[in-house]
Amino acid sequence: MDSSTSLVSIQDLHKSFDQTPILKGVSFSIEEGDLVSVIGPSGCGKSTMLRCINGLETLDSGVISAAGACISRMPGAKLDAHFEKNAHILRQRVGMVFQQFNLFPHRTLLQNTMMAPVIVRGIPREDAEKTGRALLEKVGLGAHADRYPANLSGGQQQRAAIARALAMQPKVMLYDEPTSALDPELVDEVLHVMKALDAEGMTQIVVTHEMRFARDASDYIIYMEGGHIVEISDEDEIFENPKDERTRRFLRRFI
Amino acid sequence: MKKITLLLLLALAVILQPSAQAESKTLRWAAATDSNAPYAFYGPGNKLTGFEYEVIQAVAREMGREPVFVPNDWDGLIPGLGRGLYDCVICGIEVTPDKAQEVLFTNPYYVTYEQFVVKKGTEPVTSLEQLKGKPVGTLSQTASFNMLSKTPRVIVKTYDEEVNAYADVVNGRLFGVLLDYPIAKYYAFANPNLKFTGPPFGQISYGIAIAKGNSALATEMNAALARVIASGEMRDILSRWGLWTAMVADTFGQPEDSSLPDTEYRAFVASTAEQPSLLNRIIGYARFWPLLLEASLLTIEVSLLGMAGAVLLGFTLAIMRVYGPFPMRWLATLYIELIRGTPLLIQLLILFYGLPNIGIKLEPFVAGVLGLALNYAAYEAENYRAGLLAIPKGQMEAARALGMTQRQGLVHVVIPQSFRLVLPPVTNDFISLLKDSSLVSMVTLVDLTGAYKQIATQTFDYFGAGLLVAAFYLLIGLPFVRLARYTEQRLNPGAHSTSTKGSRFQLPFGKS
Repeated sequence: MDSSTSLVSIQDLHKSFDQTPILKGVSFSIEEGDLVSVIGPSGCGKSTMLRCINGLETLDSGVISAAGACISRMPGAKLDAHFEKNAHILRQRVGMVFQQFNLFPHRTLLQNTMMAPVIVRGIPREDAEKTGRALLEKVGLGAHADRYPANLSGGQQQRAAIARALAMQPKVMLYDEPTSALDPELVDEVLHVMKALDAEGMTQIVVTHEMRFARDASDYIIYMEGGHIVEISDEDEIFENPKDERTRRFLRRFI
Repeated sequence: MKKITLLLLLALAVILQPSAQAESKTLRWAAATDSNAPYAFYGPGNKLTGFEYEVIQAVAREMGREPVFVPNDWDGLIPGLGRGLYDCVICGIEVTPDKAQEVLFTNPYYVTYEQFVVKKGTEPVTSLEQLKGKPVGTLSQTASFNMLSKTPRVIVKTYDEEVNAYADVVNGRLFGVLLDYPIAKYYAFANPNLKFTGPPFGQISYGIAIAKGNSALATEMNAALARVIASGEMRDILSRWGLWTAMVADTFGQPEDSSLPDTEYRAFVASTAEQPSLLNRIIGYARFWPLLLEASLLTIEVSLLGMAGAVLLGFTLAIMRVYGPFPMRWLATLYIELIRGTPLLIQLLILFYGLPNIGIKLEPFVAGVLGLALNYAAYEAENYRAGLLAIPKGQMEAARALGMTQRQGLVHVVIPQSFRLVLPPVTNDFISLLKDSSLVSMVTLVDLTGAYKQIATQTFDYFGAGLLVAAFYLLIGLPFVRLARYTEQRLNPGAHSTSTKGSRFQLPFGKS
């Protein structure tokens, strides 16, 4: 593995909740500009892995590096302030989009995009506003910049959440089942935004159940099951000719 | 209740250091603001009067000092001595061995006995044994109370106000009332429905109470008192108030007949005899406007400051309890449980009368505000905790995913949202704090409740004065309820859902 070209690299990641192992040694790396879909049955650990990548969850052991920031933990080592400090740096370079959007309901869309740049980066409000408006324009919400989240559809909220994450100028974007909470007719508008970002060269990791999107848009696909990565394959290959029996069994339901 | 607090306060007062430094030129004296004729009381025109008032003026003059009146609540009178709030108390306090352990008494300035009063037409009472099985009224913490409780099988009913006791004799709730002769004379003698019966029961002396250990002041006062008696001035005062009795004359070694007509007594009876019409009563209340206004202001000040303190401390406690590390969480929980588990009144009394034991003397106003703030902080903390916990976990996650620290997430994301949630319960708490602020009248502050006591004891119109003061509380509370409603609506983004204009309203916590 050539770490000089990989933007995200994960080595031997272990994570358990209350002594129940969720991730049992996950390793992979992603190069700049790739769009990677992570698929697998519920409970396979794909969401947990994603949350580990931007430090929202602590690790039991392993190394995660992304965009020049790195968190690591030796097996049995204590979590210290150093870990949280590195996780904090990591989070500023990695954007995250949640299944439930998690927009700040007491703020307008524009204020949602401005908050973190102003507070965390100390960017002047005028600049943050300019950037925020441009990003909302980009995700097709320019006309709604001054509205509150509660007054928008799920698809609009998720696009706003993407704009909010982009406002921090992340090097990597993570999506945790970004369309699962949406009505079917609203799914495409969100996927469309992600494809557009891919075209611009954004590095993206998407945990998803949207097999059509995974196949159409991904550079490659990671299949996880039982806390392991079972297969990393080219998007066409995995659907037409899965190498592993478990992948085959999982995908049969979608074809 | 009253009895328990008095006992508590007496206990607290035992170890108090008397502040003996006699500020040479003044004599600071205290009496209960709600005490009644003929002792030291507020007469017509809201002016202090009464035979005790005149006695202390004469004594102070003989001492070459300027008398300065310090009002206090009855229950706080003795502890106030220990706190050094004033030099002496003159308030119809009977000299008993029990009390002599807590304070120093001067020689008596008046001696009297207990007078039994029954409804007109009742068989005469010649001994207390006749009262077996009958309900008899008296005031708590008095010699007559002790006398009655030692008489077997009397059903003793205690009252806070003598007028209420006598009223209950008239309307049949009590068989009779046993009280000090001056009280009986002023509140029962002139009443056509009541009559005096039986011999004088017991003998009691009123003494001026001084902080224990201040014997220099006691000596000085005794000398002055002796001069006031010897010169005949005491006889004049007591005669005008209709209180010169054979017993007093005998004690002071002076002639038995009054030296002057009982003009003060007659004036008092005349003022209480006529029942004023409702209209006149309302007009009569006009003279209390300045008092009510001042008292309202104090109530508002105490409540607002108390609430501000409660909000700040409560907020800190809530953050400690929800987000703090183990020892802080534990401390906050302990504080909340401790405060919520004990009565506000006791907390106030400890703050004001108890803390001087360890050298902390708080001004009444400070003690009142602090007491309310410390108490309500516990309730506010629980409100805010509920508000913080009600915000979905995803909000803090989103904030952290955007690179905010936990603190930034709290300040900009979680707290502004919970603010809206806790506004209704906090408003309710403010309204109830406003009402609970009535307890600060226990630490010598004349708030609305203090004013109520003054008005009621001057007019004997407990009903009217009660309604009037209740109306003031209501009027003060109302604007705050409206304000809270309004703010609640402004803070709710859903309420202006159709508006596409940005809200210009800034949440108090946010600055993004």
